Order: sequence, then C-alpha cells, then structure tokens
Amino acid sequence: MKSLSEIDTVSKRSSRAAGYSWGIAEEVGKNIKLLEIFSLPGIKNLNDFLNSKKNIKLENLNLITEENSSNNFQYCPVIAGVNFLDQIKTLENLNEIKFKNIAYPMLFLPFVSRASEIIGKRILLKLDEKEFLMNFNNCIHSNFFKKEIIKIAESVSIKILKNEDSFTENEWKELYKLSEETFVEESESLKNSGAGAGLTDND
Amino acid sequence: MDIPLRDPNIVMKLSRLGSFHQSRLSFLRSFLKEFKDWDYKRDLFELNQNGFGTAVFSFKKKDRVYSLICFANELDENERSDRVIATKWDAAFTLFDGVPTKIDIERLKNEVPKQEFGRLSYKELTLSRANKSVRVFNHVVKSLSNGVQPDKELLAKVGYLYRTTAVYGSGKFGLADRFRIKDREEIYGPFRLEMMLVYLVRQFTFDQVNHVAKNRNPQKAVNLDPEICKSLGIGNSTGLGMAPFIVNHPTLLNNWIYAREVSLKKIREIKNAAITESNLFKDCLKKSIKNITSWNTESEYQIKKIKSLLKDLNQFILFLDNEFDFNQEYPFNKLYQHLEENYQEECVEYVVSMMMEPYESIVAPLIKEMSSEEDKYFNIPTERTVLELKTIIENKYSEILKINFKKKENNLNFWFISKNKEEPRLANRFDENGSNLEQPLAVARDIKKLYENLSVSKNNLTIAIFLSNNADLRHVVRRAFIVEKFPYSEIQDNTIGQEIVPIDMLRLKLSFFGALKFDPRSDKWLRICMFQGAPLPEQLKNYDEHWVYN
Repeated sequence: MKSLSEIDTVSKRSSRAAGYSWGIAEEVGKNIKLLEIFSLPGIKNLNDFLNSKKNIKLENLNLITEENSSNNFQYCPVIAGVNFLDQIKTLENLNEIKFKNIAYPMLFLPFVSRASEIIGKRILLKLDEKEFLMNFNNCIHSNFFKKEIIKIAESVSIKILKNEDSFTENEWKELYKLSEETFVEESESLKNSGAGAGLTDND
Repeated sequence: MDIPLRDPNIVMKLSRLGSFHQSRLSFLRSFLKEFKDWDYKRDLFELNQNGFGTAVFSFKKKDRVYSLICFANELDENERSDRVIATKWDAAFTLFDGVPTKIDIERLKNEVPKQEFGRLSYKELTLSRANKSVRVFNHVVKSLSNGVQPDKELLAKVGYLYRTTAVYGSGKFGLADRFRIKDREEIYGPFRLEMMLVYLVRQFTFDQVNHVAKNRNPQKAVNLDPEICKSLGIGNSTGLGMAPFIVNHPTLLNNWIYAREVSLKKIREIKNAAITESNLFKDCLKKSIKNITSWNTESEYQIKKIKSLLKDLNQFILFLDNEFDFNQEYPFNKLYQHLEENYQEECVEYVVSMMMEPYESIVAPLIKEMSSEEDKYFNIPTERTVLELKTIIENKYSEILKINFKKKENNLNFWFISKNKEEPRLANRFDENGSNLEQPLAVARDIKKLYENLSVSKNNLTIAIFLSNNADLRHVVRRAFIVEKFPYSEIQDNTIGQEIVPIDMLRLKLSFFGALKFDPRSDKWLRICMFQGAPLPEQLKNYDEHWVYN
C-alpha cells in the first residue's frame, strides 16, 4: 500500500512535470492525498488526466462567476479548482455556481472540499447526477462509490449551504428537556452562596 | 527585563545556521530523556559465527512496544559504499510498531535489505542501513578475540563501529505516515523514532562485535568494555538530501529555531543566576572542550573553523574565570552581549547551547513545541491584498530584496532531483543540463521576482486575483504568508548563489539532531557521529543528562 506521503509527493511531481507551476502542483499533491483519504479515486483520475492532458484542449477558468460556460473547450479541473478555492470568500454569498464541461471533475472536487473548511459552510457539489456533500473538509457524503475515472462532467453545480440545524426546534426542545434531568434543584442556601449572591449590582 | 528575540535576519543567515551546535534541545538527547523509563530488551539474536543474521531489540512501556529489526548481511568489499546510490550494505534496519511476528520478520527480510527498492508497510516506522568502519570493526574483533580491549586511540579517532547512510521515516517507501502516530505522547518532538532507530543500531553494533569475537575464539574472547562502548557512537554520512528538507518544511524549521531563541531569551532574562547554575554552565563548557580537541577532520574549511572556535572558547573561559562576575544582575545577558561583541559566530552559538545546560525548566517545555502540523498553514489567505503581501516581503525579506539576481554569481546554481535514487543535488546552471527541471528551492530569487510583480500590481488587488495571473509564483506567495506568522521559517540567504556552502544547511539540521564532530568531506556531504558518550540502554534509568561532556 502506498503511504499518503508518497501519494502527495508523486502527485505533486507529476503535476509539475505535466506543466503546472510548483505552487499549483503542491495544491494537487495535497488534493490527491485528500481524495485517497476519503476513499475517492484520486490517483486513478490524476494519472488518466495527466496522460491525456496533451491530447485534449483545455480552457483555463481564471475568474469564477455564477455561470461559467466554456465556449469551445473543457475547463481544466486544476485551474478552475485553484481559482474556486482562491476566490471562495467572494463566491460564498452566491446562491448557486454553475459550470459547463469540467474535465476530470474528481480533480476539481477536493478544492471544493477545502473551500468548505475555509468558509465554515457545507457545500453541495453536483457532477451531473453524482452528488457530494462537503462537510468542512472533514468528510464527504456521496451517492458515488465507484472507483472509476470520470472524464467529464457536463453540468456542474455548487450550492453553498447556509449554516442551519438539521432538526426542528421541537426536536431540540424535547432533547433539551431530557438533558435537564441531569440537573439538581437548588435549595435556598445554595442559591445564597452562588456567584454574585448577596451583592447589589447597583453599588 | 524583556529581552527581544534575536532578529531572524541575523539568526537565519546560512553562516550562522551553519555554526549551530547540539544542545539540550537536540533530538537525540530529548529521545533519551523520554525513553529512559522504558524497558529495553534484546528479543532475538540469531547471528551466525560471522555475525550475519537477524536480531531484534525493543523498548516497551505498558502496552506500547517499539522493536528494531536488524538484518546483517555478508557484503563483498567492493560492494561497500556510503554513497546514496549503493544497493547493498553490511546491515539494514527497520523500527517496527509493536512486536513483530515470524511472518513479519520473514516479510521484512525480503524488503528491508533492499532499502529504497523494497516496500514497507504502515507497521514499520523508520528504515535505515549502515556500513561497517571495516578498519575499526576488524581491529575490535581481533583484539577482543585475543582477550584484550582494542586500541582506544584508534577508536577515538573514528568514534564508531558502523555508520548509517540514510534514515528514512514519515511514509517513505510505504512506511507509516506521521498521522498514524503523531498523537503518541512519547513521540512529541521531531525525529524521535529516527533517533530510537539509531540508538538501538548502536547497541546492535556492540552486540555483534562481541558475538563475532566470541565465535572466533570462544576460550579467550572478552566483551568490549562498557566504558569503551559508551565512548562510541554511530557514524552517519549525510549528503544534500537534508538541505531541501529544511526549505520544504518552513513551519517545522521555525519551531526548531524558535525553541532555541526562546530558550536564549529566557536565559538572558534571568536576573540572578544561582551558583549551582553558573557552576554547571562553566563545568559543561570546560568539559566540552575535549569534544573539540578530539574533533578530527581533513577538511581545511572545518579545521579552520575548529581552530578559531577553540581559540575563542579558551579566551572566553579565561574571561569567565578571571573577569566575569556571575553575582551581577542578568549575568547571561551580559555574557551574551560580550560574546556578540568579541567572538566569531561559531563560538557565540556554541556558548548559547551551553547556556541551556543548567535550565531544564526553561528548555523542557519547549521541546514539545518543536513538531509542526504543517498542513494547517498550507492554505493561502487569498482575501488579503497586494499591499499587505508587499509589506510582509519588505519586513521579512529585507536582506533578500537587496540581492541582484541578474548577476551570474547570484543565480549560478540550481537544485534538482537526480534520477539515481531521487536524491537532491546542486549544480551550476551554466555548466550542467537540467536547470529547466529546477526544484522550487531558490526561494530568495523567487521572492524577489514576486516582489517585482507585486510592485507593478494595484495595491488593493486581492491575492486571489493576483494569483490568477501569477500562478508561477504561488509557491512563494504561500511562503511569504507563512513567514509572517513564523519568523524563523525562512533561510535569509541566497541558496543558489556562488557563495553557498550547502553543508551549512546540513549542519543546521544535524545540530538539532544532536550530532557531534561534523567532518565535511566536500562542500556537499559530511560525516558526523551520534550518541558518542551516551549511556547504554541498561544505564538509561539513572543517567547523567550532561553525558555529552563527560
């Protein structure tokens, strides 16, 4: 089994060899490590992408907007991902961000996961019919479990979710009430010896 | 009195870093302190009469066991090489997490001797190999088998029976990643398991030499005197592999230097030194002179440095004995100021290390802060502006900005990874091919380029937008934001200039390991000795923490 350190190093060096700058190659190294930690096919997708990169025409998406539609070519997942990560603070207030035609979108995914951690919000990423819920870069919930290469996502959507409870107020109250059964009823003497007792706050 | 931390522009110069010496902070010393209460055992020793075979040594405490598995192999004389491109060694080692089963040992027997070409697993923590100092080993075997102890003078000249040529950890070749073990309290502090491996290898060398001597002459042979064992360490040949490490791990480098600088600051802030403290400082300093007078090297560069250090130290000791009054307030601050005014930086840093000796209470808490969670600082704060980044560079790289990289001598070399064993190398970019594959270790040059590009950008532009047009500078943008928080994370020197002495970078790292007697064999590799004078495993429970000077 390859260690995560080996995965990081080899991904970084191969990305550099494929023409990315060292700084971007460092990002790819960290990302592929992340994918493999989450049991997603990082090495598989990176290897296929870097090997086919010279044969497919890619467009670099530098400035991310609500609608990102490539005119002629597929978007490079690495450049689109780096810029999504870098620009996340200005993108987080958009309701939905859409992309058309991202090549090898599994390589775009870890940038979104890291963005979720940076802004402290969950992000729902849809790659065509595949859904990935990014939870602050701690874990990813998904309906995609295959260890396969995804060469393109024609329709990509990103929703930055509001920080909301996943339960009703009533469910919370019920649970809170139960938790109160660990408390002790205070006697008068205990009340008189609590913090601030016996003093007037107006002196 | 509040003494400021020393200026990174002074401390982080390569000549200063290359003048560092071992101290209480050094990893091999903190390893011994941490593991002194652990139970040491030789679990397996299946060597043939010539000393070839398998051995296992372990440290155990409660449920935790670390086992060194040693494979000693027969090696043709013409196959023995300390170069990293060697493929066979006298012995190969791995530190196993737990107690290895027979199946583990069989598996490792096929992999560990292959080193870089073998595959390890998450059960193995570190990996190493070593070659005999044939001259010394054979002399010791011959002497012991004849019933006499070896020539101490010869042993003192070399200092070890074996020297390692690499010690790997942290996920290399399939070894356990650091995340699997980083929360274990006993290994807070960098390189602790690497230190354990080297320490147990040292014991293996003594047991092996005794075993071979005994087999050669069972009637007459004697064991190597434990006092002689103690005086021997483990040698190490170190090449440029270590140099990129300190550039590639900026927060880790910061934490090492920061611990040293905070120690010095706190010691300088001591208003009144107890007599026991000042005496211990003087005692260690005086005894340590023997480590300098017994420091053998053929390197002109090092001989010059040793001579100058010895001259300075003798003069400093005279000053201490005859002129300096430890009863005055802030004595260590006064001493430090005197050092900076009167002595070379090699001497200054030597005495700084010595000043830590009496102050366990200051140094010990800092040791636990010397590791780093590097991934935490990986993301670039891209919401910040060009003006902010420019200001950081002006403040943190002021010396670097003065370098003119258009001059050939300032841009002479490039760092690359050799195809042979993937080792880092340094070469002249105007004489050698391959500078197009340069590693991102020319930090000074790239920082200067970043500054130039920032200077022609709008001040209120975000870094996110700046980076979308300057992807080639992303690696140094990351570094600049790291140095903002970690003042000692960056070498404040040109790592590709004509004047670079790469072994300064090695010296820095090796001094934190706790190495002694740096012996440069060129400007690109050196030999050192580790654990020379250290207590043997059976002596650990009650050892003198200042053993380095005894």
